Amino acid sequence: MALRDKHGRPLVAVTGMGTVTSLGQGKEDTWAALTAGKSGIRRISRFPMEGLRTTIAGTIDSIEVEPFCAPMLSERLAMLAAEEAIGQAGLSSDDFPGALFIAVPPVEMEWPQREALAKASAETGEVTYKDLLRAAATGRFKPWHDLFIFGTVADRVADRFGTRGSPISLSTACSSGATAIQLGVEAIRRGEAEAALCIGTDGSVNPESLIRFSLLSALSTQNEVPEGASKPFSKNRDGFVMGEGGAALVLENAETAKARGARILGYVLGCGEKGDGFHRTRSSPDGMPAITAIREALADAGLEPDDIGYINAHGTSTPENDKMEAMSCTAVFGERMGGLPISSNKSMIGHTLTAAGAVEAVMSLLTLANGRIPPTINYAVPDPTIPLDVVPNVARDATVDFVLSNSFGFGGQNTCLVFGSEPK
Amino acid sequence: MRDVVVTGIGLVSSLGEGAEAHLAALSGKAAPRVDQETFAPYPVHPAVALDWDRQIAKKSDQRQMEAWQKLGCYAAGLALESAGTKDDAALKGRMHLIVAAGGGERDYAVDGQILTGLRTAENPGVFLNERLMGDLRPTLFLAQLSNLLAGNISIVHGVTGASRTFMGEESSGVDAIRIARERIASGQNDIFLVGGAYNAERPDVLLIYEMGGFLWKHPFRPVRERAPEGGGMILGSGACFLVLESREHAAARGATPLATLAGVTSDRSRRKPSSVDQALRAQADRLGARPDVVLSGATGVKGITEDEQAALAALAPNAAIHATGDLVGHTMEAQAPIGVALAAALIADRKADEALVTSVGHWRGEGAVRLTKVS
Repeated sequence: MALRDKHGRPLVAVTGMGTVTSLGQGKEDTWAALTAGKSGIRRISRFPMEGLRTTIAGTIDSIEVEPFCAPMLSERLAMLAAEEAIGQAGLSSDDFPGALFIAVPPVEMEWPQREALAKASAETGEVTYKDLLRAAATGRFKPWHDLFIFGTVADRVADRFGTRGSPISLSTACSSGATAIQLGVEAIRRGEAEAALCIGTDGSVNPESLIRFSLLSALSTQNEVPEGASKPFSKNRDGFVMGEGGAALVLENAETAKARGARILGYVLGCGEKGDGFHRTRSSPDGMPAITAIREALADAGLEPDDIGYINAHGTSTPENDKMEAMSCTAVFGERMGGLPISSNKSMIGHTLTAAGAVEAVMSLLTLANGRIPPTINYAVPDPTIPLDVVPNVARDATVDFVLSNSFGFGGQNTCLVFGSEPK
Repeated sequence: MRDVVVTGIGLVSSLGEGAEAHLAALSGKAAPRVDQETFAPYPVHPAVALDWDRQIAKKSDQRQMEAWQKLGCYAAGLALESAGTKDDAALKGRMHLIVAAGGGERDYAVDGQILTGLRTAENPGVFLNERLMGDLRPTLFLAQLSNLLAGNISIVHGVTGASRTFMGEESSGVDAIRIARERIASGQNDIFLVGGAYNAERPDVLLIYEMGGFLWKHPFRPVRERAPEGGGMILGSGACFLVLESREHAAARGATPLATLAGVTSDRSRRKPSSVDQALRAQADRLGARPDVVLSGATGVKGITEDEQAALAALAPNAAIHATGDLVGHTMEAQAPIGVALAAALIADRKADEALVTSVGHWRGEGAVRLTKVS
């Protein structure tokens, strides 16, 4: 039997998933904590907090890398998530039968490395880049070239798992993880590959990354009770909380997967995207791009709005995002939106940025598989302008056939995915 | 599968703007422009001075961008103009965008002051926090984020189908073209703006490549003549965007295709001696390449440059070979798009029937693009 979707394309099955978040290593741990309403947000302990407006994040402190820096931690998180996903799929651990699409945070050299170069230059007066360049010319810092160029995390992951072809490292800001999945879906639908390894990873809670978001007033400053700070859709929400995480999905042509006897965990039925040229950090006031992305995802999946039983929200806890997301969803789902469950994983794990779309894809698929919707925690003060069923504070049992997962990002990025336990 | 054609080219570099300025250099009528002084001992090919207003109408938009984004936005505007799509808001509203990008500029003065202060700071971590909080321009972040070149193109030019940004140095430039081509050929999308931008006049990018020992530290010399002195690359500032679309889509809107994008290959491997040679031969074979001109993406880095030369000698013994690095320097993510732009321009000018563009990453990744005349 040919397993094709309504558009005649190969159906794309998910046969393996893995994740690491501040709530735990492995999807079971994360899922258990997430459905128990636990928060992974804590006081940052890896660098001093004096002088900062935000001192909390969903850091992953149990994993040590050397030297400690965003690309090393991001690589490690990607590796752990991919090992889990490929293991579950039952595929070879070093000869993956398809391409790699990986969302990685933009990397650059960090302060400990700049300081080491400055020290090595032996400059005693004012330090400039000329001094750093002089130190670099000694050849003593050669490994840092590889460490801090943009393609390295992908190359190492590709090398480790033996993925095929040129790995794609990508960024669509906070929708990157969803875009990685979308690229994998497209490659399978085009028939280029029987499988795709799609990963989102982000381990970039370091002083400068935190401060950059802080200077844009994007972060919550409710530091007193770290686990209570991320409160999507609440009236007293005041920004997102940075989180670290990694997630990997093994996508396969459903026909190939069934032929090899793989267990199918769910399907990626639809992908939608739409650019927004309104502003660098704000979305079009009419919500048109987000609305279009949702509609495109539904159309791509061959579904009607009424088919969706749950929305895994982008739900960052910023005043802007949650308002716009609620408006966009209401525009698509109409009156039904008041009773359609929508919850935000970010209330517990924070905003895992580059990884978010992939982490939330795994949680969406687990929602389908377990018939249980993770809550939006810290929901004590409802926002009267957002009259939604946010699954407040406590997980809920529900049979869900189709999930919509939203991802939106700076730079006009809007990417939406639709997952189903079975195709319709 | 549908044919994919190039219908627009937007190109800026040290040689000027537009395909013609670059073709003149290709035929030996213009010498490469090199700045030996500003970053001595590292030569760079500096971007030509541009009147930003011509492609980035609002000063407020210009102020929000650093040089790499402005170069990219400018080249994107040229490409849209060249394809005859600049004033078609509806078409741009469904045009997709793939950008190959690294990251943006830092505030070099602030970095220097912080490094100087850290040396004597009583509590370095706290000092770093305070200075970053106090001295970083809040909007600088938006000039640094990789996907914000795409974001700026959406804002400035209204290209809002949807954008994706690929990272990963040279390979990202080839892969951006490859994925756009596949999406058009398969019928998923009709028209794309694809390309990349690079600002070489930045001490932080020089620093990364100098740590790895990849930079040429002598007066300009063609890429293939650098090996005796140890080899190395000269970075160049520039940007290139291409409008790609299905042949039917171009015909329907009355656009004249410049060349057919016949195939794109891209791969990685653990490099060892002659692996670049083998990879390029295998890729040219897969593409069925019979080029009469080659736009080589050779970097000048020792070993891989000779490997590429050996591959080209074997697979295209009679082809004219031009290294884009000898014209504009090495523009990293933008190098493959620049090669494709020049190849398409040569074919459109009837100076070649078939061209091969190579990409040999300075550290990893090999790619090839085959272009043919529109039949």
